[in-house]
Amino acid sequence: MKTEKINIKAALTIATAALLGTNNLAQAESSTTASAEENTWEFDSAFLFYSEVDRVSAGEAIFNAKKIFDNEEVLNLKLTVDALTGASANGAVSQPTVQTFTRPSGSGQYEIAPGDTPLDDTFHDTRVQFNGQWTQPIAPDYIASGGVHISKEYDYLSLGVNGNIAIDFDRKNSTFSAGFSYFQDTFTPEGGIPKPFASMLIGNSNDPSWDEDFAKTRIGSEDDKSTADILLGFTQVINRRMLMKFNYSYSMVNDYLTDPFKILSVVDSDGAAQDYIYESRPDSRIKQSIYTQSLYHFDTSVLDVSYRYMWDDWEITSHTIDSRFRIPLGDSFGTESYLQPHLRIYQQSAADFYRPFLLENEALPVFASADYRIGEMTAFTVGIKYGMLVNNGHELAFRLEYYRQTPTDAGFNEPGVLKDVELYPTVDAIIAQVTYSF
Amino acid sequence: MIYQKIQITLLVPILIGISGCASLGVEPWERDLLAKKEMSLNADPIDVALDDHIYFSKEASSGGKGFGGGGCGCN
Repeated sequence: MKTEKINIKAALTIATAALLGTNNLAQAESSTTASAEENTWEFDSAFLFYSEVDRVSAGEAIFNAKKIFDNEEVLNLKLTVDALTGASANGAVSQPTVQTFTRPSGSGQYEIAPGDTPLDDTFHDTRVQFNGQWTQPIAPDYIASGGVHISKEYDYLSLGVNGNIAIDFDRKNSTFSAGFSYFQDTFTPEGGIPKPFASMLIGNSNDPSWDEDFAKTRIGSEDDKSTADILLGFTQVINRRMLMKFNYSYSMVNDYLTDPFKILSVVDSDGAAQDYIYESRPDSRIKQSIYTQSLYHFDTSVLDVSYRYMWDDWEITSHTIDSRFRIPLGDSFGTESYLQPHLRIYQQSAADFYRPFLLENEALPVFASADYRIGEMTAFTVGIKYGMLVNNGHELAFRLEYYRQTPTDAGFNEPGVLKDVELYPTVDAIIAQVTYSF
Repeated sequence: MIYQKIQITLLVPILIGISGCASLGVEPWERDLLAKKEMSLNADPIDVALDDHIYFSKEASSGGKGFGGGGCGCN
């Protein structure tokens, strides 16, 4: 049994070495010995299941391979595959009557029952992502790192690079780091890029003039997005039990930042929807954040708390508190194990162009989006993780979490029937994960 | 105004950290607890990567701990 487990690692080590073209199969084979030598690969694998009530479900698998070489060089390779399916809010408001919407592809329509939040149930996508990172000392107390990122899904391609340098001083008790990353994304959504504020075409999609009319609501088949980030960090060992980290980040996002699948309801003075128009967002966004994290080692347990404050030029601000508390259970369950409760609290304000709906008799704003994800919202996550050591220090862990988003009214007057429908529905999700590290 | 206060509140510990370096920190032989995996700033990188993807898709914020940009068409 033991031999069989070790052989999985050996096989993966050989496969990884072969893929990389590094001619060190002999070395890989030697790693099959149970002793934990330097120069061997470490593998982490995880599967996560995410499911929202009545909305999106997603499965995500990660396989991470890490090798530490003799001279402290570290190679990290990560493969992520995820699949998503289910329904997503299209941005329109709920109504006391049946509503009909056209699918993003333009082929076919879907109906939403009175009182229900309009959800588009056509979302499904599969994504494959690869990350490679190389880290090495370049001088005493100087560590440099560089990496690449490729992510491909049916309608989206993302290419990225990053670089980072870290400088240790004061007996390695303090570390300054500076990094940058750049992503270039291409979006080719099903049905093309909608014309900002064009009315959604609704009617008989078998009509001979349908395709031509639908094409008039489109401005192209694809668009780009670029993201450039700068990250400055400072880490300080406080004492034998405590460590602190401070980050400042500056992020510039440009070009197509609109969600082509999102619409807004245009309502009359009674709150009845008269039209649905495609959303429009600015083509640039500058985000900044400060982040602080503290780790404290009690007698046996470890507390990890972080706080992030983010602000951007869309007037969104957010606060995030994330904490984990790791409680070792010794070997009370026959093997060494730990329990780790997790609590995350999040609050954001709305973007200045966020509008839950538009009024028919009002002039169109320059930009508008009814996407609740850039509206006012609070959210929390509570979870628990149980990890245990198995087979020669391999770790098996289970994580179960509950995530609730509560969008809130940022002070919009609701005309007529909109007072009687749910404009800010909560979203509940379950996150379940299994991790095996060997 | 409140944001400035928050920023100042967060910057003060950084300044204290820098100015107080002489009294902070440990000697190399005092790193027994700091050397433990659970005392690393990114003790659960897989969990963090998965969480980042979820919250990037569902909220208006990303990054901070690390780079927050790009990567998927989920937002």
